[in-house]
Amino acid sequence: MRTVQVSHITDAIKEMCIQVNYELSPDMRRVFEEAERTERSPLGRRILGQLSQNLEIAASDRIPICQDTGMAVVFLEIGQEVHFEGGSLEDAVNEGIRRGYGEGYLRKSVVDDPILRKNTGDNTPGVIHCRLVPGDQVKITVAPKGFGSENMSRVFMLKPADGIEGVKNAVVAAVEDAGPNACPPMVVGVGIGGTFEKCALMAKHALTRPAGEHSQIPWVKELEEELLSRINGTGIGPGGLGGTTTALAVNVETYPTHIAGLPVAVNICCHVNRHISAML
Amino acid sequence: MEKRIRVPLSREDALSLKAGDYVCLTGTIYTARDAAHKRMQEALERGKPLPFDIRGSVIYYMGPSPAREGRPIGSAGPTTASRMDKYTPALLDLGLAGMIGKGRRSPAVREAVMRNRAVYFAAVGGAGALLSKAVTSAEVIAYEDLGTEAIRKLTVEDLPVIVCMDAEGTDLYETAAEEYRK
Repeated sequence: MRTVQVSHITDAIKEMCIQVNYELSPDMRRVFEEAERTERSPLGRRILGQLSQNLEIAASDRIPICQDTGMAVVFLEIGQEVHFEGGSLEDAVNEGIRRGYGEGYLRKSVVDDPILRKNTGDNTPGVIHCRLVPGDQVKITVAPKGFGSENMSRVFMLKPADGIEGVKNAVVAAVEDAGPNACPPMVVGVGIGGTFEKCALMAKHALTRPAGEHSQIPWVKELEEELLSRINGTGIGPGGLGGTTTALAVNVETYPTHIAGLPVAVNICCHVNRHISAML
Repeated sequence: MEKRIRVPLSREDALSLKAGDYVCLTGTIYTARDAAHKRMQEALERGKPLPFDIRGSVIYYMGPSPAREGRPIGSAGPTTASRMDKYTPALLDLGLAGMIGKGRRSPAVREAVMRNRAVYFAAVGGAGALLSKAVTSAEVIAYEDLGTEAIRKLTVEDLPVIVCMDAEGTDLYETAAEEYRK
């Protein structure tokens, strides 16, 4: 048994919330540079150039990359030999978010009730997903999610007979529907299988995989490549103003499912696909 | 080719702009997003005045991140315009001349844009740090309790935008994607 003070979780989450909102991870920068090289539309190239410049200004002048600094999504992979001390783990996570968004000059975008809609003033609560894993470490991933693209995400409960073609059509339909609203070029997270909520969670988690890295499963890797090519053939382009770069990456996760179902979730993220991980 | 345009928007300038034009805006604009639009609509329903003179004005659909000390504003990029569609035709009919946002608009907004000879500009979504550099001053003028959603009067200098829907109702989102569709 290893003891972890929850205050360390708070500190780590605070730092990660700030870091990720000012600097994109190296994988995202790489796919950006690639897009600037390959984009065919002159206006598209100009927009990609502005987005690169935006990243530079964000880092050098300490201005968040996007004003929508997101609702904080936190994935915790907790080693089953870990014992937490010093208070509630959930409270510690939210305290990290509170401090990160306060001290980091990040926007407070969370309302306390979906209908009454009063801003909580500190961007809490976050959305926390915990998984128990073997070992004595804690892996924390912070992925603040902007809602321009979140609003365009979809779950499709397909039939087994729809097969892989049905899956492809669903993903492309979601992207076409999102179009300019989701701040393209996008990163597209896809969950296939499981149950209604499991596929949505996989789609979200898929966005935290480094852009440009493919699934280890051969048919899934092929699907990712084909979807990326089809999505870039929609013509939506950077800013939705036409071009050959509509998505920077398509990341797919899969899970066993029921004999009667083929759930597919499409979680769309804008080009500001923020994700950062740490081990404690 | 870039056009430099003063805001508030003159009738003449509004009519000169065509979908696809790259424009730099200089002058005064107002921010308003979901909650501020709801309050403006409630004000109109009660026969109360709007918090600013809407005639000729340009509204920026934007809720900034907090400003650091000594700076006018934090990150300041556009939010999705379609969430304001429900409220927009009434504002256009009162004289709103332009909107800055991102994403598609409803048929009702398009009709109101054409009816009133207005303009819908797109700013590049997710470029909030870059766009903030065009803001030289910001002042909350209404609904301060809404925090980031309060109405702010902004002074901008060469704010880069693209004409997305012109007074004729031509929609760049519809035409631009077709060109690169496989």
